[in-house]
Amino acid sequence: MGYEYIGITVLWLFLYGYLIVASIDFGAGFFAYYAKITKKDHIINQLISRYLSPVWEVTNVFFVFFFVGIVGFFPDSAYYYGQALLIPGSIAIVLLAIRGSFYAFENYGFKNNHLYMFLYGATGLLIPASLSTTLTISEGGFIEETANGVTLLYGELFTSPYSWSVVFLAIVSVLYISSMFLTYYANRANDHSALALVRKYALFWSSPTIIASMTTFIALSQHNPEHFQKAIDLWWMFGLSVAFFMIALFLVYVGKYYGWAFIAVMFQFFFAFFGYGASHLPYILQPYITISSGVTNETMAITLITVFIAGLLLLVPSLILLMRLFLFDAEYVKGKK
Amino acid sequence: MFFEDSVMMSRLLTSLTLIFHVIFATVGVGIPIMISIAEFIGIKKNDRHLQLLARRWTRGMTVTIAVGVVTGTAIGLQLSLLWPNFMRLAGNVIALPLFMEVFAFFFEAIFLGIYLYTWDRFKKPIYHWFLSIPIIIGSTLSAFFITTVNSFMNTPRGFEMDGGNVTNINPLEAMFNPATPTKVFHVVASAYLTSAAILATIAAIIILFRKGSEYHTKALKLTVTATFIFAIMTAIAGDLSAKFLAEHQPEKLAAGEWHFETEVGADLILFGSLNEENEVENAIRIPKALSFLAYGDFNAEVEGLNETPADEQPPLWIHYMFDLMVSIGFYMLGISALYLLFWKVKKWNEENKWLLWAIAAGGPLSMLAIEFGWIFAEEGRQPWILRGIMTVAEGATTSDHVGLMFILFIGLYTVLGAGCLVVLRKMFKDHPAEAEFESRYPEAAATKEVDE
Ligand code: HDD
Ligand code: HEM
Ligand code: HEM
Repeated sequence: MGYEYIGITVLWLFLYGYLIVASIDFGAGFFAYYAKITKKDHIINQLISRYLSPVWEVTNVFFVFFFVGIVGFFPDSAYYYGQALLIPGSIAIVLLAIRGSFYAFENYGFKNNHLYMFLYGATGLLIPASLSTTLTISEGGFIEETANGVTLLYGELFTSPYSWSVVFLAIVSVLYISSMFLTYYANRANDHSALALVRKYALFWSSPTIIASMTTFIALSQHNPEHFQKAIDLWWMFGLSVAFFMIALFLVYVGKYYGWAFIAVMFQFFFAFFGYGASHLPYILQPYITISSGVTNETMAITLITVFIAGLLLLVPSLILLMRLFLFDAEYVKGKK
Repeated sequence: MFFEDSVMMSRLLTSLTLIFHVIFATVGVGIPIMISIAEFIGIKKNDRHLQLLARRWTRGMTVTIAVGVVTGTAIGLQLSLLWPNFMRLAGNVIALPLFMEVFAFFFEAIFLGIYLYTWDRFKKPIYHWFLSIPIIIGSTLSAFFITTVNSFMNTPRGFEMDGGNVTNINPLEAMFNPATPTKVFHVVASAYLTSAAILATIAAIIILFRKGSEYHTKALKLTVTATFIFAIMTAIAGDLSAKFLAEHQPEKLAAGEWHFETEVGADLILFGSLNEENEVENAIRIPKALSFLAYGDFNAEVEGLNETPADEQPPLWIHYMFDLMVSIGFYMLGISALYLLFWKVKKWNEENKWLLWAIAAGGPLSMLAIEFGWIFAEEGRQPWILRGIMTVAEGATTSDHVGLMFILFIGLYTVLGAGCLVVLRKMFKDHPAEAEFESRYPEAAATKEVDE
């Protein structure tokens, strides 16, 4: 396997990590706000804030890691995406900035402030929508390179069914992943009233998720038949994804093994995400960057991979420590510490 | 026009984000070390006041870190959004430290999360103190890595240009380029200095306006002592930076010092103005001092701006940036030394009004010095984005709408800055230190009353 494959796999793993942890976080913000306006906040907001307080920064780092890594491994992507994404990218920055800082403001200064919670909830849905645009653009057809540089074709982007189906998929997946996690977490905390509520959310959001996935596939077959064909060749990955979806749904429905249910959700997205990624190759951005044309020089690639492994050796133990202290410490989860 | 010029607007937007980010970055690098010192002395001397001090500083820092993280994320993305050509080229050579900065920060964030929520979870308090070490290492490393990137922009090394392509790449040589040692030293020392000075400002203001208690007096002693030590470090590092410039980036030093002709025994020019013929007026001249600053020898030859082609000369107004930074450096040194003197001489009251006001001014002034220093360093690199290899105009995006984004970000930073101030104020106003002390350590507070 060439180092460009190692590079893209590592980055894709990190993006997958971000997808999971950020979805939990984004969705939780939305549910916290939703619970507040439906006057159910006393039931779940304690639970949500106990999970979010210690880990919110870590979530952001996953994202930064991904975009710094992609520019490092594939410097061409800085050139094309950088020029094309000035406006959507800036909007995403603003949303992320508002979300991150207002979370801290609310948490440390203005508990339960209505405006802050609204911003926190709304950005939770807008950020995935704006970030998912990048994946849409990568399919090709939305960027034009001229002598003056690279421009994004906004008309195409806003009228494409594919682009909207991706946005829709991003939003429902966030709500689905998040409610599945909260179900597990509430169960761990032995918080029965919260469990009943978030379990209902989880069951509710499961069908839109599967519908949105199907719609996206159909839209992809229209927009980029070649990619669609490659995805069909990897049918078993998507098949596994659907199987794990069924398992997760079943477990939550019968109300048992919530931990396994969430692991099934993680596998569901793992296979779908890697199936999508693998069928996307060799392109990083159709038709301008492929992983072999865009990759950095060999020295840098090898150095980055080495550093990445060394970094993981440092980070994984620290992350485990963090999780043992907060996520899996039964006393802490129950709110006794 | 001006607003449509994407190069100009990219420069402005980059400056805006960096000038805003560096406020929080500086505090994020420096405050952990102050917290660690306070907690350590607090545990060793069994001093509850200092332990409380560490706790309260940490709580304040969580808010500034949040803003630091989001503005850092902004600049990280903007490097690609605004300087795509630069990143495409430089990414091949300098991606390593950019990548590692994220690791360093990740490491810091994890331990900060643990530190924040485990104050009372260990039997031995010193175990909790141990957790502050990885935070210091993480945040200082984060400053180190990002500063190597900036050093690389000033003295690019570790690759060769072959037509438009880079070859023969050596990432470590790129990272440890000639600018790295002095720049890192100066950036880290000045971040420590500024953080100590800001904390001293807070203590001084509370004593001035609210007749602070023993708690605030101890806070002031600790922070001003630290200010003094870090001010010495900063000045030494600054002197080394000037020596670095004389050797490797003489045009920056020459523009900063208004040193137009190469000469031996060059004078140092302080402030002043330029007339139409580019002659210096109204300035204070210190004979031969520039030679000394540049080479440690009063008769050394210092290269003047005349050696640099006219279209490669940095703007001359950076002279004021340099002078302001250095003046503030000496002010900090002087004022903290004066406080220590007043404190040691028993007859004198180190908490007299004038001295407190002078200390109170130190925090904001140091932060200004950071900004002036960076503007000097960055403008002094003009017109290059990668010195000698790529100009700023070649590096910039060709996208329209940068002007619009500039307005968007002004709005964002206004909201973030205001929010941050309001929250910090509320956080500490609603929970004054004395009240927190009594509720947290009732035994200590009770014995103290008996003592008095
Ligand atoms: C509290 C802040 C502070 C203070 C008091 C000083 N500096 Fe400074 N200076 C900085 C904060 C700073 C900085 C923000 O950290 C800079 C910007 C870029 C850099 O490398 O450090 C800087 C840059 C900088 C440079 C340019 C380095 C380069 O471009 O590579 C020189 C030559 C000096 N300084 C010299 C001094 C001297 C002789 C000082 C006398 C005491 C001094 N500085 C005080
Ligand atoms: C955080 C403290 C910093 C501040 C306040 C700062 C300030 C500035 C300013 C004022 C400019 C505009 C110069 C001009 O165009 O006239 C600038 C440009 C720039 N800086 Fe910095 N800078 C800082 C650190 C850094 C670091 C660490 C890097 C490297 C990663 C960096 C990268 C850039 C780039 C790419 C530009 C645009 C190109 C240019 O104008 O030269 N800056 N910065
Ligand atoms: C010399 C100037 C700079 C220093 C000392 C510095 C230092 C820091 C520190 C300490 C943090 C953590 C936030 C906190 O603790 O408050 C931070 C965040 C960050 N900085 Fe800067 N920074 C500088 C300039 C830059 C530049 C030019 C970039 C762009 C490449 C950048 C990118 C980031 C990113 C992406 C984060 C967010 C951390 C994350 O989520 O991983 N910084 N910076």
